[in-house]
Amino acid sequence: MYKGQSGMWSWLFHRVSGLAILLFLLIHIVDISMLGFGPVVYNNSIVLFDQWIVRLLSLALIAAILFHAFNGIRIILIDFWPKAVKYQKVLFVIAMVVTIVLFIPAAYFVMGPVLSWFINVPTASVGH
Amino acid sequence: MSRISTGFGPRPAGGGFETFSWYFFRVSGVVLIFLVIIHLIVMHVTTDVRCTTYMFVSMRYSNPFWRLFDWLLLTLALTHGMNGLRLVVDDYVRSASARVWLQSAVAVLLLVFFMLGTITLITFQPVPAAQQGVQCVAPPTK
Repeated sequence: MYKGQSGMWSWLFHRVSGLAILLFLLIHIVDISMLGFGPVVYNNSIVLFDQWIVRLLSLALIAAILFHAFNGIRIILIDFWPKAVKYQKVLFVIAMVVTIVLFIPAAYFVMGPVLSWFINVPTASVGH
Repeated sequence: MSRISTGFGPRPAGGGFETFSWYFFRVSGVVLIFLVIIHLIVMHVTTDVRCTTYMFVSMRYSNPFWRLFDWLLLTLALTHGMNGLRLVVDDYVRSASARVWLQSAVAVLLLVFFMLGTITLITFQPVPAAQQGVQCVAPPTK
C-alpha cells in the first residue's frame, strides 16, 4: 500500500517543499529587481532580510531546500539504480538525517547575527 | 492515453515533451543542488545578508562569472519550479478548460519572471571600482 507509508510522505513533502521554494523564488526575483532602482532603494530592501522574523522564514526555506535536494537524490537513485527501490525507506531516513544535520550549521549562520547577544558568534560582517 | 510524468515511478519512454520533462527535472535538479548550496554559502556564511548590499553586488559582478552563475541559477530554478507547478496543475485540475487557462498562466508567469530576472541581471549598473568597499545595512553585532 502507498497510503500512509514513507513513500507517501516523501512524495507529499517533496511536492509541498517544491511549491514553497517556487513561491519564494518568485518573491526573490521581485526583491532582487530592486537593483534596477539604484543603491538607496536596494539597500532599503536588504534591511528586510536582516529582521529576525525574516531570518526565521529564510531558515524554514533552507530546511525545505535541503529536504527537496536530498529527497531528489533519493528519487534519482531509485530511478537509475534498480536495487535502490528495495532500500527506498532507508534512503528516505538518510535524506531526513542529512537534512537535519546540515540544517544545524545553517541555523547557526542564519540566526547567529541577530542572536549574537545570546551566543556571541563572530560574524563575517565587518565594517559599516 | 499519454502518461504524464509525475516525477516518480518508471522512466517514461517514447520521446516527446513528457520524456524530456522527466530527464530535465533530474539533470537540472542535480545542477541546482550545487548552484543553490554555493548561493546559500555566499549569501549567509561567507557574508551575512545584512552586508549583501548594492556595493556587494557591484564587487561580485566585477567578475562576469558570478553574473553568469546567477543567470544559470535563475533559469534552472525557474524552469524546474514552473515545470513542477505544471505537473501539480495537471494532477489536481480536472476540468479541461480550466487546465488550459491555468497552464497558460503558468507559461506566462514563467516568461514574465524570467524576463524580469534577466533584465535585472543585464542592466545592473555597478558602483565604480574606485568607490567600492564593504558596506552593510546594520552593524556586525546587535
